[in-house]
Amino acid sequence: MLNIMPSIVLGLSIPISAWFTLLCLFIIVPAVLGGCFSIRSLYLRTLLKIFEWATLRMEMRAKEKNQQLYKTHTNGIIAKESPASLQQEIRGSASCLCSDHEFDMADIFYFCRRGVESIVDDEVTKRFSAQELESWNLLTRSNYNFHHINMRLTLLWGLGLLTRYGILLPLRVTLAVTGISLFLFLTTLVGFLPNAAFSLFCTVSMCLICRENKPKNGGICVANHTTPIDVIILASDRCYSLVGQMHRGLLGMIQRGMVKSSPHIWFDRSEVKDRHLVAKRLSDHVADKTKQPILIFPEGTCINNTSVMMFKKGSFEIGCTIYPVAIKYDPRFGDAFWNSSKCGLVWYLLSMMSSWAIVCSVWYLPPMNREEGEDAVQFANRVKAAIAARGGLVDLIWDGGLKRAKVNNAFKEGLQKLYSKSLISSSFLILILISNFSRSCT
Amino acid sequence: MGSRASRLLREEEIEEIKKETGFSHSQITRLYSRFTSLDKGENGTLSREDFQRIPELAINPLGDRIINAFFPEGYFVLVIFREDQVNFRGFMRTLAHFRPIEDNEKNKNPATEPLNSRTNKLLFAFRLYDLDRDDKISRDELLQVLRMMVGVNISDEQLGSIADRTIQEADTNGDSCISFNEFIKVLEKVDVEQKMSIRFLH
Repeated sequence: MLNIMPSIVLGLSIPISAWFTLLCLFIIVPAVLGGCFSIRSLYLRTLLKIFEWATLRMEMRAKEKNQQLYKTHTNGIIAKESPASLQQEIRGSASCLCSDHEFDMADIFYFCRRGVESIVDDEVTKRFSAQELESWNLLTRSNYNFHHINMRLTLLWGLGLLTRYGILLPLRVTLAVTGISLFLFLTTLVGFLPNAAFSLFCTVSMCLICRENKPKNGGICVANHTTPIDVIILASDRCYSLVGQMHRGLLGMIQRGMVKSSPHIWFDRSEVKDRHLVAKRLSDHVADKTKQPILIFPEGTCINNTSVMMFKKGSFEIGCTIYPVAIKYDPRFGDAFWNSSKCGLVWYLLSMMSSWAIVCSVWYLPPMNREEGEDAVQFANRVKAAIAARGGLVDLIWDGGLKRAKVNNAFKEGLQKLYSKSLISSSFLILILISNFSRSCT
Repeated sequence: MGSRASRLLREEEIEEIKKETGFSHSQITRLYSRFTSLDKGENGTLSREDFQRIPELAINPLGDRIINAFFPEGYFVLVIFREDQVNFRGFMRTLAHFRPIEDNEKNKNPATEPLNSRTNKLLFAFRLYDLDRDDKISRDELLQVLRMMVGVNISDEQLGSIADRTIQEADTNGDSCISFNEFIKVLEKVDVEQKMSIRFLH
């Protein structure tokens, strides 16, 4: 019995060491050196062809059975006309905007219709859940028509499952574990290329367009936020200083390790509330031209990558150069959005590692500075509009915090004021006339 | 996204809703997907909080009244109460009021009036005013709705005179209230079909 053990260990050690050697040769070394794009693009093209075929099969099968296939509402459920202003709608037409308007019982129709439209399809709540896809990508989590699958599709899906959980997932988990251990080990020794360790975390296909505007020292880099992986993607191209709260546990260890190799700004829980302290530390860091640029996500929370929501003005008040970055993920290969109310970080990472791939496009935009007479909020909106335009995202004024919090009453009061303005001018005059007339009669 | 439909919509249910509301098959499945995404409690019904979570509805001055319109009434002894949950059928029935009126529907079923007829659209709007469901809009009820729409920007006296003038113009039988027929008469020149319709995509 004891004699068999060493031979088993020996027997197992050969495949394990072979596995690690292959890993090093084909994945880690090219990843560190930043090469190897052709294999990835071949892989992605093949996947796309398979997805199209799968969707076609489902549609054909649905036609055979004479049933309806669920069609995603990527174009919206309703056709919203260009938002007519309150004034236009109530006064009837644009030409008589200057004519007086009296209260009409029909005025409620406008509010009524807009209200029901927002119940059917609103701009905000759909940003906090994953985007729906046009064609099926062989993941159960994005399939709505599973009763239309036939034998061949099931086989394909089974094969995909095997590939993803049998090959891709263990591979990526190994990489992640190796990466994190290597990183922790190296940073305890000396501040040594944290970049390389980051790029090992998962198979990320990156398409870096417009490299010429890469952020320089002494500025702040802002980007739209979809997932914690954003940080890894940007950090694999150049070093940034991160800003955030100090955590406990594994994340805390990583944070402390990071500080040893490059200057990051971590706050204690108590310090976070003090906005002046935060602003001071940021501006001190930025003033020192030898330090790396700070990476900030002004939205404050993860959004599902179809839109850019309100930018918090804090980082725009400091007055340094802003380097905007637009990040857009391709949802066909795996959804990168982290829905923190649905799953925790570990589950999210596991589902990321068992997707086909994470494909994203990163655009570095030309640096922007605050102009004369522009306040922080206007500057923030200008930067947001530039990022949204470049990334092909919808530019929204709504706050990402609406994911969890209630909307500010100021918006409602604004609408009420607008409606009152259209009433008061005419009615007030009439009242004055009537009161004058009645007074003159007595 | 993925966990929508803790139960899927059955074909028979879709057919029934189609007959009752006139929506097409794909519209019903899409609206069901929307219904489930609003249903955070995942129990197949929507509560008032689920509606209030929509920011664009929360800032609408008439938001609360619109939400009320979705919740069906019930009777308990002699008291009218509002149920706290609305299921998908009720949701669709209310939304059906906002379907545009199509010409080919006009003569389909002369016995029952479709939910999106001009009269039913006007009834929907009338019920936004008439909170106690006595089929009359009193001065107080009118004032309440006016106050919701203007907020704090107009004084009580001015609002009162606006309400008085409106009732004066509409009231034909002299009871200082606006009945449903008087309401219809006042709005006969208004393009209700266009103002109270939402274009649902196919």
